[in-house]
Amino acid sequence: MTRPMLEARGLTLHFGAIPALVDVTIDVAEGEVVAIVGESGSGKTTLLRVLSGLMPPDAGTVRWLGEDVHAMGEAARRRLLRTDWGFVHQNPRDGLRLNVSAGGNVGERLMAIGARHYGNIRGEALSWLAKVEIDATRIDDLPRTFSGGMQQRLQIARTLVTHPKLVFMDEPTGGLDVSVQARLLDLIRSLSRELGLSVLIVTHDIAAARLLADRILVMRRGRVVEQGLTDRVLDDPQHPYTQLLVSSVLAA
Amino acid sequence: MSALLRTEGVAKAFTLHLQGGTRIPVLGGVDLVVSPGECVALWGPSGAGKSTLMRCLYGNYGAGAGRILLRHRGEEIDLVTADPRTVIEARRETIGYVSQFLRVIPRVATRDIVAEPMIARGMVKAEALARATALLSRLNLPDRLHGLPPATFSGGEQQRVNLARGFAPGYPVLLLDEPTASLDAGNRAVVVEMIREAKAAGTAVVGIFHDAEVREAVADRLFDVIPHQDAA
Repeated sequence: MTRPMLEARGLTLHFGAIPALVDVTIDVAEGEVVAIVGESGSGKTTLLRVLSGLMPPDAGTVRWLGEDVHAMGEAARRRLLRTDWGFVHQNPRDGLRLNVSAGGNVGERLMAIGARHYGNIRGEALSWLAKVEIDATRIDDLPRTFSGGMQQRLQIARTLVTHPKLVFMDEPTGGLDVSVQARLLDLIRSLSRELGLSVLIVTHDIAAARLLADRILVMRRGRVVEQGLTDRVLDDPQHPYTQLLVSSVLAA
Repeated sequence: MSALLRTEGVAKAFTLHLQGGTRIPVLGGVDLVVSPGECVALWGPSGAGKSTLMRCLYGNYGAGAGRILLRHRGEEIDLVTADPRTVIEARRETIGYVSQFLRVIPRVATRDIVAEPMIARGMVKAEALARATALLSRLNLPDRLHGLPPATFSGGEQQRVNLARGFAPGYPVLLLDEPTASLDAGNRAVVVEMIREAKAAGTAVVGIFHDAEVREAVADRLFDVIPHQDAA
């Protein structure tokens, strides 16, 4: 069995008197897609922020390839976010630079890790726009002229161009039309398989989790109430909350 | 020959927390042994728990007690207690499951759906696509459909896509839940032939076959699945 790349143990965090995370343990192995599901306010996004080093926990540790993420310096953590890690935000405007062209958004990540040859950068940007199905003629356009779905695909291209090992995704299909969601899910699914990416995805969309994830964690009020193989958790849920969650989904 | 799949005292009950914690026992004390090249038909009245047992054998349902031992990479692993990564690996390499219904993936073409498990096992993409096409054609799915997502296909067409996907990789253990339920006579005959070929290649097959003709054509023996209240 491959050793987990990301290992978090006993994460606990309070916002005042409110427990946001209670003794959460989670790991992600190479090439594995793990989904975190649960209702709004269950602590999913907070967990993602703590795991990616954006927010320190009150207790517990997060290790990346054995190294303590919250003990490393700010510069080292930023370097991780530029190289080994990628982050896809729910709102593409949080992950894109809106006053920089589409090609620039993708190329900028490459330049941040040392690429300097302009022709190569543009070539790589074009190839990534094609992968996320954005027409090459739009390379010099500003992202604000793009639809929400296109912006989200551009954010994915910008994130993956540097070949991260692990990508954190926070509700990547939230707020998009259903038809656009399907296209985006298919894209995430095929890219993660082709590139052997590890993905940690936060979503409240059970169908998306079933489609994408090898494993699933169900969160409620800051706790992981159930976890395991995705289809087993969804088809044979044990915890009352998971049963409620699964039975509340409308079958299309 | 040693068994490829065997169970020891498998039990399964469902606890419905949303219905006041009602507990529904379905299976108890199931001891099943399946050897290479053998086809065992699960037998019992509707509601006896045949499909539940199948899902337990695939690790889709978690058995409440007992062991489900699958020969994987030369060793027996217990699907009841194995960690998810091991179950995923066993499903990629060792055990396949053809359910009655195809889970359609938006936008993915039929040919790619069938090729996917072969590519996951390391087959070159072109070779996997060629094998997918050959199997789909053998199951009489017209060429013009191979490039389309199966969302709009009929029940019988979707079932054939599912069969092609399940048979293509050549898993050592194959679980078939009503594989011919929505098929016409011609396609039933193709499926019978495919099951026989798999057995000849040493595949251990467990199936639920309501169609007596198909059952008699492929099954070596019946395994009684007894409704739980009778078993007690």
